Amino acid sequence: MDQQVKFYQTGTFTVGNRLLSPELRTVQASTARSNSLNSGHRACQGCGEALGARYAIDAAMRATSKRLIAANATGCLEVFSTPYPESSWQLPWIHSLFGNAAAVGTGIAAALHVRALKSGRTASDVRVIAQGGDGGTTDIGFGCLSGMFERNDDVLYICYDNEAYMNTGVQRSSATPPAARTATTMAVGAAPGAEFGKGKNVPRIAMAHEIPYVATATVADLHDLEAKVERAMTIRGARYLHILVPCPLGWGSASHDTIRLARLARETGIFPVFEAERGEVTRVSKIRRRVPVDEYLRPQKRFAHLFGANGHADMLQRIQDEADRNIRRFHLLDEGSAA
Amino acid sequence: MTMMKPFAITLDPGSSLANKTGSWRTERPVYVDRLPPCNGECPAGEDIQGWLFHAESGNYEAAWRHLTRDNPFPAIMGRVCYHTCESVCNRGRIDAPVGINSVERFLGDEALKQRWRFEWPANETGRHVLVVGAGPSGMSAAYHLRRLGHAVTVIEAGPVLGGMMRFGIPKYRLPRDVLDAEMQRIVDMGVTVRLGAKVSDIVQAMKDGGFDAAFLAVGAHIAKRAYIPAKDSARILDAVAVLRSMEGEAPPQLGRRVVVYGGGNTAIDVARTAKRLGATEAVIVYRRTREKMPAHDFEVEEALEEGVMVKWLSTIKQAEGGALTIEKMTLDAKGNPQPTGELETLEADSVVLALGQDVDLSLLDHVPRLRVEDGVVQVDPQTMMTSYPGLFAGGDMVPAERNVTVAIGHGKKAARHIDAWLRGVKLAPAAKHAPATFERLNPWYYSDAPKTVRPQLDLARRTSSFDEVQGGLTEDNALFEARRCLSCGNCFECDNCYGVCPDNAVVKLGPGNRFAFNYDYCKGCGVCVAECPCGAIEMVPEDV
Repeated sequence: MDQQVKFYQTGTFTVGNRLLSPELRTVQASTARSNSLNSGHRACQGCGEALGARYAIDAAMRATSKRLIAANATGCLEVFSTPYPESSWQLPWIHSLFGNAAAVGTGIAAALHVRALKSGRTASDVRVIAQGGDGGTTDIGFGCLSGMFERNDDVLYICYDNEAYMNTGVQRSSATPPAARTATTMAVGAAPGAEFGKGKNVPRIAMAHEIPYVATATVADLHDLEAKVERAMTIRGARYLHILVPCPLGWGSASHDTIRLARLARETGIFPVFEAERGEVTRVSKIRRRVPVDEYLRPQKRFAHLFGANGHADMLQRIQDEADRNIRRFHLLDEGSAA
Repeated sequence: MTMMKPFAITLDPGSSLANKTGSWRTERPVYVDRLPPCNGECPAGEDIQGWLFHAESGNYEAAWRHLTRDNPFPAIMGRVCYHTCESVCNRGRIDAPVGINSVERFLGDEALKQRWRFEWPANETGRHVLVVGAGPSGMSAAYHLRRLGHAVTVIEAGPVLGGMMRFGIPKYRLPRDVLDAEMQRIVDMGVTVRLGAKVSDIVQAMKDGGFDAAFLAVGAHIAKRAYIPAKDSARILDAVAVLRSMEGEAPPQLGRRVVVYGGGNTAIDVARTAKRLGATEAVIVYRRTREKMPAHDFEVEEALEEGVMVKWLSTIKQAEGGALTIEKMTLDAKGNPQPTGELETLEADSVVLALGQDVDLSLLDHVPRLRVEDGVVQVDPQTMMTSYPGLFAGGDMVPAERNVTVAIGHGKKAARHIDAWLRGVKLAPAAKHAPATFERLNPWYYSDAPKTVRPQLDLARRTSSFDEVQGGLTEDNALFEARRCLSCGNCFECDNCYGVCPDNAVVKLGPGNRFAFNYDYCKGCGVCVAECPCGAIEMVPEDV
């Protein structure tokens, strides 16, 4: 993750870099990548979730030498990838219900474990990923997820967080940020959009389970995301990876801004990117060029009501305060950085 | 073997590849190449970004060969070029411009160290071209003509190769072993050189020698004079003569207090030379302000560091014995200097006039229909050909800014058009790409890296010797500096587009072959365009 490279023009900021040694290049830079989520899927233009899912699963495929099974919750990722009888998935993949992806993952892992024991091995070489959106993870599948954590089942759970129920028409989830407009938190009244003080922070809840590994990532830092998947696959037991995936449809942003917004989420402090082991934060991605939250919020129509003549400066300030709190809590600024 | 289908399932599994999502698109991304500002600015037409690309991977010979396709003198350039490329470098908007000039010097020096040679032409054309003048323009033309397979004879009035690079540029800026080596490398390509021979009638010389075409680059060697009322005892010299005599056995006698009159780079060169010859005072008298001075700012700065003094807004009214009468000037509304009547006295053992140079055009006296204006030969700026067919000219003797790099560019351009003219064809001007502006870049992706500064010779040694002032970069630094290049406007295969496409619609074609779009699946989201660091992709509307 912390690759101390000499100066290589774009260093590890870009997907590839001919000046880097091959082992430092990303999976995505290789023509040998799995393309686990293949072309022809029906995700919207500029979909952050499609991108995040390919990044994560391709990295896991390389880490496991393609010995990998995925269980999927209901949601965009399932609907756009697998309309019967077609599928974009190029690995063994199963969808059952909206809320039980973690439980299905647990079951597959248990079955693989039994098979391994019967053939005289202590653990299966086939690994399991369970994945879903924020709705399937933080709301509907939360009980199964918490159970998987507390039993320390050998599953990597990946949440692709686009901060609302996008597939069904942009309804609020417990991952929707305050002030965001959704179909169920309209931009009307004295405090338009989603309420402040509600929702849950599942990465921190996962840490509270003291599972072996918890991490957050965004689609804007590929090297970091892949390193976290790879790290997760070296560990047995319950692991949780939470990836911020901007949604042009639900966020009201331009389709070409998907990665830029993910980058700004980190650079404002709104989305802290970190790793934790057994409940302790072990590493954070420092902010490189700190910017005020306005820069992140302004390109998104779901926050449009905060700006302009009838805007809400007080709400902007509260969002800024929350970002600042993240920066303090996770020590996101380098000592003496030009913030 | 047919698989038993599960309950209620009637269709075989299919791939989403059946779903051509490219039909959703209203705009398509296309790869483009754009003209980087450095390349656009270079008077010698170097593909700077192109040779930096090779240098970035440490392949210095490939970089040097790429560079010398356009300019055979990187070691000279790396010392005397005014590198206007750096002033337009987009990296300047991020931290500091790429030190193009210092990397060029490193490559030039590396070539001399490794004794890399130019290759002989593969085929001889049987045509013979005369080059008059062995300065930067003439030798550049000789090099390019030779590469194109023509026989070349260079006739030079002086005793050695180099022209103004030898007689106009002091040693502390351009050591003579470097100059000699880069000149000799061109001679080694099979160029015939006749030194100490003056061409007095070019048409006759072409006829006598059986030349098919000629390139003139005799330079501007005649110092301009200014009328200064002077008594017999005043010692007044001209800058060209002073700098020229530095190449001879006996250095010029300038005395302890030297006044240089003029504001160009030559004035600076003379003042710095005087310092090195032991003058306690070297004073430049210039009639305008520093902002208006034609000399390059970094040279003025270096001169001031070495203790050269400048009297701004001053003219020399009279010279008498060991004293000059100086009149203070003031700038009028148009910025022109006007006398104030305020006088002062300045002691001087000698006065050196550095007021510009004229061209000796006597060899053209018998050329019919030749156009000469303002003391320089008029040429077609597209081809460098004079109004006399087959006779081309360049360098200081044609209308252009007078510096080494411009002269080298003339030589290259003339050589290409001489070659075309000999083949009886016309070269169409190459279409230029649209400029690669800073606004098209995504600077996020470039690592933070401030410019590497070249070492400078200690001040004490600078003013007491003619050792080279500017040092070179080490290999590590040169590599670092090359890698600061942003590759503005041209794909450098960072794989971003290949990685960031949510639809796997970018095809990677392998090293050197860049990428292609798979329009069957590209939905036209534009993420690749937004995340391309160097602005080498753009969206164009589909016909819908």
